[in-house]
Amino acid sequence: MIINSRFFNRSELIGFLALALLLFVILPLSLDIFRLNLVAKYLTYAFVGIGLVLCWGYGGILSLGQGVFFGLGGYCMAMYLKLEASSVENTKIQSTPGIPDFMDWNQLTQLPFFWKPFHSFPITLIAIILVPGIFAFIIGAAMFKRRVGGVYFAIITQAIAAIMTILIVGQQGYTGGINGITDLRTLHGWDIRTDHAKFILYFVEVVLLFACIVAAQFIRLTKLGRILVAMREQEDRVRFSGYSVANFKIFAFCAAAIFAAIGGAMFTLEVGFMSPSFVGIVPSIEMVIYTAVGGRMSIFGAVWGSLLVNFAKTSLSESFPQLWLFGLGALFIAVVLAFPNGLSGIWQDHVQPRIDRLLAARKSKPGNGFSVADGAPAE
Amino acid sequence: MSDEKKPGLRSPFRRKLLMGMAALPAISMLPRTAFAEAPATSAVNTTGLAVTDSEVTVGILHSVTGTMAISETGSVEAEKLAIEQINAAGGVLGRKIKFIQEDGASDWPTFAEKAKKLLVNDKCAAVMGCWTSASRKAVLPVFEQYNGMLYYPTFYEGLEQSKNVIYTGQEATQQIIAGLDWVNKTKGAKTFYLLGSDYIWPRTSNKIARKHIEGHLQGAKVVGEEYFPLGHTQFNSVINKIKLTKPDVIYAIIVGGSNVAFYKQLKAAGIDLSKQTLLTISVTEDEIDGIGGENIAGAYACMKYFQSLDNPNNKAFVTAFKKMWGEKTVIGDVTQAAYLGPWLWKLTVEKAGSFDIDKVAAASPGVEFKGAPEGYVRVHENHHLWSKTRVGRAKTDGQYELIYETADLVEPDPFPKGYQ
Repeated sequence: MIINSRFFNRSELIGFLALALLLFVILPLSLDIFRLNLVAKYLTYAFVGIGLVLCWGYGGILSLGQGVFFGLGGYCMAMYLKLEASSVENTKIQSTPGIPDFMDWNQLTQLPFFWKPFHSFPITLIAIILVPGIFAFIIGAAMFKRRVGGVYFAIITQAIAAIMTILIVGQQGYTGGINGITDLRTLHGWDIRTDHAKFILYFVEVVLLFACIVAAQFIRLTKLGRILVAMREQEDRVRFSGYSVANFKIFAFCAAAIFAAIGGAMFTLEVGFMSPSFVGIVPSIEMVIYTAVGGRMSIFGAVWGSLLVNFAKTSLSESFPQLWLFGLGALFIAVVLAFPNGLSGIWQDHVQPRIDRLLAARKSKPGNGFSVADGAPAE
Repeated sequence: MSDEKKPGLRSPFRRKLLMGMAALPAISMLPRTAFAEAPATSAVNTTGLAVTDSEVTVGILHSVTGTMAISETGSVEAEKLAIEQINAAGGVLGRKIKFIQEDGASDWPTFAEKAKKLLVNDKCAAVMGCWTSASRKAVLPVFEQYNGMLYYPTFYEGLEQSKNVIYTGQEATQQIIAGLDWVNKTKGAKTFYLLGSDYIWPRTSNKIARKHIEGHLQGAKVVGEEYFPLGHTQFNSVINKIKLTKPDVIYAIIVGGSNVAFYKQLKAAGIDLSKQTLLTISVTEDEIDGIGGENIAGAYACMKYFQSLDNPNNKAFVTAFKKMWGEKTVIGDVTQAAYLGPWLWKLTVEKAGSFDIDKVAAASPGVEFKGAPEGYVRVHENHHLWSKTRVGRAKTDGQYELIYETADLVEPDPFPKGYQ
C-alpha cells in the first residue's frame, strides 16, 4: 500500500484498474472486430491527450499544433508500410516499378533520399520517436529560450500546423499530397488488414497506452512535475529560484510531441493510411477538445475524453447524418460551460467525495482512513 | 439512417405519377425478369449480403457536413431520386431498394470508417458514394478487402481501375482531349495558360493537357502553368501574368470556393470572357450557382453533361429532380453521373441474375443504360463509362448552352499511353 500511495494514490489506482479492466477485458469481449478497431482508432487520440495533460494541464503550455507531431509519427510509419507495399512486383504497371504509386504519377523516377531509411523497420521505429522529438525540440528551443509563451505560443503552433499541411499537400510527389499515403498492406510481411491482425494491434496499442500513462505519471510525480506546476502558477518565481524555465518547458513539449507521435504511428497501423487531414489546424484543435472534455488535469481524463468524444462522434453521425455536428457542438459547449474541469472534474467534485465519505463511514477508525489528505486532489 | 421521408412534395400521388413518368424511358428497356416472379433469395445472394425476399440494402456515402457538403449534396439527391424511381418501377430482381445513408463529413478517414461500417455491419449490396479523389483513395482498400461495390460519380484523374468500383464520371482523357481538339480547331488556339488547384486531379489533368497540347496539336504550346492551394482567394498576380502573356486559351481547373474569387477577380481585372477564351473542366452548374452567372458568362466548359441538354431522357430527369428537390436546384455533371449509379447497378444485377459482388463485377462490362439523361452510356471492360464529351458556353442565367459534342462515344482510358 505504501508503494501505491507513492506512485498512484488510491483514487488514481482505482482509475488505473478501471481503465485496464475496460480496455483489456470488457471491450475486447463485448465488441465485434469492427467496433474494436474503432475503439483502437479513438485511443490513438488518447496518446495525444496524455501529452497535452503534461504540457498544457501541468505545464500550462497550450499547443494547438499537436496534429503536426501526430502526423509526423503517422507519416514515418506510413512511409515504411508504403515502401513495403510498393515492391517491384506489386507495381509493375508503373513506368518506374518499385516506387510508391503516387510518385510514379508525379513523374518521379527514383525514390527521394529521405524515403530511403524507411526501408528498415528498426530505423522507422527510431524515427517515429526522434523526428517529432527533434522537431519539437527545435520549436521549443526557439520559442521558450526567447520567453515566448501563452497565447503567442499557441498561435505559433497553430501556424506551424497550417504550414505543415500546405507543405505536405504541395509536395505531392514526395508526400502523396492531399490524398495522403494510402493502400498500406503489410508490416514486415504480416498483413495488417485482417481481423486477426486488428485484434492483435488493438492489444499492442493498449499496452503502449498504459506504458505512456505510467511514464506520464512518473514525470508528474518527480520533482520535474512539481516544477512544471510551479511554472504554470508563477513562472517568474521559479526563474528567480534559479531554475531554467525554458529547459523544463522544452522537455514537457518534447514529451507531449513524442506521445502524440506514438499515437500517430498506431493510427496509421489501425486505420491503414495517413493523410494531411490529421496534421492541420482543425484536427489539432479537436485533440485539445478531447483533452478539455476529459479534464486537462487528469491523465485518465484524457483517455476517457478521447474515447467518449469519438464514440459520440461515431454514434451521432450514424444516427443523424445531417445534424450530428450540431449535436456534437452542443455537447462541447455544455461541458465547457457546466464543467470547466471536464469529466475528471465531475468525478473529483461530485463522485469521489461521496465514495470517500462512504468508505470513511464504513471504516470509521480515526487516524487511518484519511489517505485522501495525502493529496488526492493533487493538483 | 434509413430515410423514408419524402420531402418536397404536396401530393404523394402526383409525385408517384411523375416518378413513374420520369422512369418511362428506362422501363421500356428493362429485361422481362424485372416484372416476373422474384427469384429466391438463396439463389441471388450466396455471399450473405443484406438481401431479403422483399428488400435489398444499398449504402449512400457522401459528405453532408463539412466543406464538401455543398458539392456532394447534389449527388445524394440524384441517388435518392434514382432509387425512388427504381422502386416505383418494381425494384431490383423484384426487391425494393432500401438505403442507409452515412456522412463522410468531408474527412477521408471518416469515409474509410463509414465505408467499412456499410460493408461489414450493414452488408450493403452496393454503395453509391465519394466525391473527391482523396475520399475514394481512402475507401478503395476497404472495398477491395471486404469485396464491396462502389459507384463513384465524379470526373477524376484516372490512373486507377478496380474490380470493386464502377466509375460513372469521366476519367481525365475523356474530358480533356476532345475539348482541346475542339478549341484548337474552331478557335485556332495555339497558346495555353494552365491553372489549377493544387492536388492530384488538376495536376494530373494538366499533365495530360500539356502532353496533348505539345505532342498532338500543331504548333501549340503551353505558356504558363500554375497551382494554388485549395481555398486560395488571391488570383491577382496570376491574372497580371495572363494579361502580359495574352494566351489564346486560359485552361482552368480550379475547384471549390476558389472559383468564386477567381472569376470575380478576372472580371474585375477587365478580362472579358466573350473575347478571351477560357476553357474549364471543373465548373459545373452547381459551381456557377456560387460564382454568379454574370461573372462567368462566356466561359467554355468541357464535360459530359449539361442541365440544358435537349433530349427526352434529360427533360424527364430534370422535371423529376426539380419535383423532388425543389424548383431552384441545379443539376451539374456529377449529379447526373451520380444518378446513373443506382440504375447501372440495377441493370447489372439483372443481367447477372444475382446480387453477388463477384457476379455483378463480372457482368458490368457491356451493360448499357439507354435512359441516361446524358444519352446512351455503356460500361467498358475497365469499369469506366463510354460517354460523349461536350463543350458548353456559360450564360448569364447560370446554364450552359451546348456548343459542341463528339460524334461518337469516347473510350475511357484510365492509363493513357504517352500521356503519363
